Amino acid sequence: MASDVAISVNGVSKTFKLPHEKYTSIKSAFIHFYNRRRGYEQQQVLQNVSLEIKKGEFFGIVGRNGSGKSTLLKLLAGIYTPNKGHIQINGKLTPFIELGVGFNPELSGRENVFLNGALLGFNRKEMEAMYDDIVEFAELERFMDQKLKNYSSGMQVRLAFSIAIRAQSDILLIDEVLAVGDVNFQKKCFDYFYKLKKNKQTVILVTHDMSAVRDFCDRAALIHDGKIKAIGEASKIAQEYSLLNLRHDSQVTPVSSRAWGTGELEIVECKPLYKDSKQKMYKPNENIHIDLTVNVREHIENAIIGITVKDLAGREIFVTNTKAISKTTGSFQPGSVLRIGFEFQNAFNDGTYTVTPAIANESITEFYSVIEEACTFEVSGWTFPTGIVQVLPKIQIQELKTQRRGK
Amino acid sequence: MKQYISKQNRALLSELVRTDFKLRYQGSVLGYAWSLLRPLFMFSILYVVFVIVLKTGGDIPHFPIYLLLGIVLWNFFSEMTNQSLGSIVGRGDLIRKIRIPRWMIVFSSSISAVISLGLNLVIVAIFLVFNKVDVTGIVFLLPLLLIEIYVLALGISLFLSAAYVKYRDISYIWEVIMQAGFYLTPILYSMTFITNVTVQKILLLNPMAQAIQDARLVTVTQDKNVVTVFRVFDGEWLYIAIPFILVLVMLILGVMYFKKEAKYFAENI
Repeated sequence: MASDVAISVNGVSKTFKLPHEKYTSIKSAFIHFYNRRRGYEQQQVLQNVSLEIKKGEFFGIVGRNGSGKSTLLKLLAGIYTPNKGHIQINGKLTPFIELGVGFNPELSGRENVFLNGALLGFNRKEMEAMYDDIVEFAELERFMDQKLKNYSSGMQVRLAFSIAIRAQSDILLIDEVLAVGDVNFQKKCFDYFYKLKKNKQTVILVTHDMSAVRDFCDRAALIHDGKIKAIGEASKIAQEYSLLNLRHDSQVTPVSSRAWGTGELEIVECKPLYKDSKQKMYKPNENIHIDLTVNVREHIENAIIGITVKDLAGREIFVTNTKAISKTTGSFQPGSVLRIGFEFQNAFNDGTYTVTPAIANESITEFYSVIEEACTFEVSGWTFPTGIVQVLPKIQIQELKTQRRGK
Repeated sequence: MKQYISKQNRALLSELVRTDFKLRYQGSVLGYAWSLLRPLFMFSILYVVFVIVLKTGGDIPHFPIYLLLGIVLWNFFSEMTNQSLGSIVGRGDLIRKIRIPRWMIVFSSSISAVISLGLNLVIVAIFLVFNKVDVTGIVFLLPLLLIEIYVLALGISLFLSAAYVKYRDISYIWEVIMQAGFYLTPILYSMTFITNVTVQKILLLNPMAQAIQDARLVTVTQDKNVVTVFRVFDGEWLYIAIPFILVLVMLILGVMYFKKEAKYFAENI
């Protein structure tokens, strides 16, 4: 293996035996000895996966739920053993996959710090030395002698994270850390990632958060159905991932289970209109069109019709309605079918967004019809796709004081 | 070898053992004192039943201490195997999420058992002094016998803990075996009560019986009524070697089975 390679994965496959009924007793194992084959089915979680991660690289692994990305991480960590192929690790690996592993609710915060530190390979003396920093970083000074079971989940995560970032090893494996914690905590996570990136630490990050992939990862791999679907530059992979989601999730017709409301007016369809129906995505200079089809069941005056646009993480990016632009909708007669078009400027960054349409009464005290995340649309093609919105600023540069050369 | 005693492993081992100990007496008023009080109370009961009422001691001098030592050694064996049996499954949270040496978990639970054994042996030593037992130089063989019991228990523990991941029956089966073993091993009674020499011989091939009898011989009394494997086979070295070979076989089997299964603990638990 070349010396600049941190991890090399070669043709790795992993199969799990999924018993139809778990035989955890000798009697059932005996009974099913002859018809063993029927006892379980093989689930191929990873199939012939090969990749190489260089030293100093911030590498992302993305994929939908159940695609096998966490299994891959566990194989890298040595928790699972591959059925086929081999994995070579060049350097010391942190054993951490998730935060707070081994935390014991019956022990005090202090005792848990030492236990968790030991799992990272630190002895008591080393932990004593960094104990105060850990507690301070977690902002838990007053709680360290309480049992962990009395901590809120946020406190536990803060404590676990403060210990985990002490890990000193050549390769860090991180699984979905960002899924937990409040805004403040997420900021700390991001600061830590920036530090890792600056220090050229080798990191492997498994995540759903495409903005994290775009911001931190040098390269990434997209795993789909146990195979590597794409591998390469992080922003390309993030886009590929969003496309994959789009193909699977784009629902032109609403899913009834996520629809609710009193039903006087009913949204029956919500879909994005693309200029080029083949391309199915909005370019930066194109306006976004969302079309609703509404059945009127009862006589309604001055309903308010609106949409909420969220990103895949569920954050509300943009909310608008007829009231916001002081548009009165007048009266709707039963039996009629309405078509409502929303058109707005494309200020969205590259990625996939969901649309939640809603119709409410004039005072917004009653909702006639809401469909949660009824459809998605895709934006792609910005030259510098970071952040959440793209507002095309004007940037002026003026020279206030002129310095001549050579002086 | 170096990797087994690395700094990381030592740190981890010490924390795992600490945690075990802290959790064991969690919420009890007397706390650690129980590790001394428990064997004392158990011993008091057995003393009343077997020394005063049933008089199972025969002509053995210092029978109460003889009895105590036997109980302490058996308890160690039973505590260690029982604790280790569920140790891998009990630490499933770690095994599924973290890459630590799997044997470390069994090893750490064995260390907690060794610590209780140490405390119990302190009690034995106190009784030895109070009863003015004439302890001879031969007592230096006792540590070797303790190691023998530990190795046997470790081999069995490795096997049981790995098998328990797949078959939860193991805990019940082991409970039954231990119950039978307790009566088949001359712990509560003197070997002299068994008049049939062949039966004596067979019983002493059990490594636990051999080790407990030898430990009593080297520590408490060299009285002729203490029947040991050396005395009963008297020079038939092939037979005398059997208990020791069994210990080694158990260790090798345990290690081999554990190694084979350890790779799949994370997915099988």
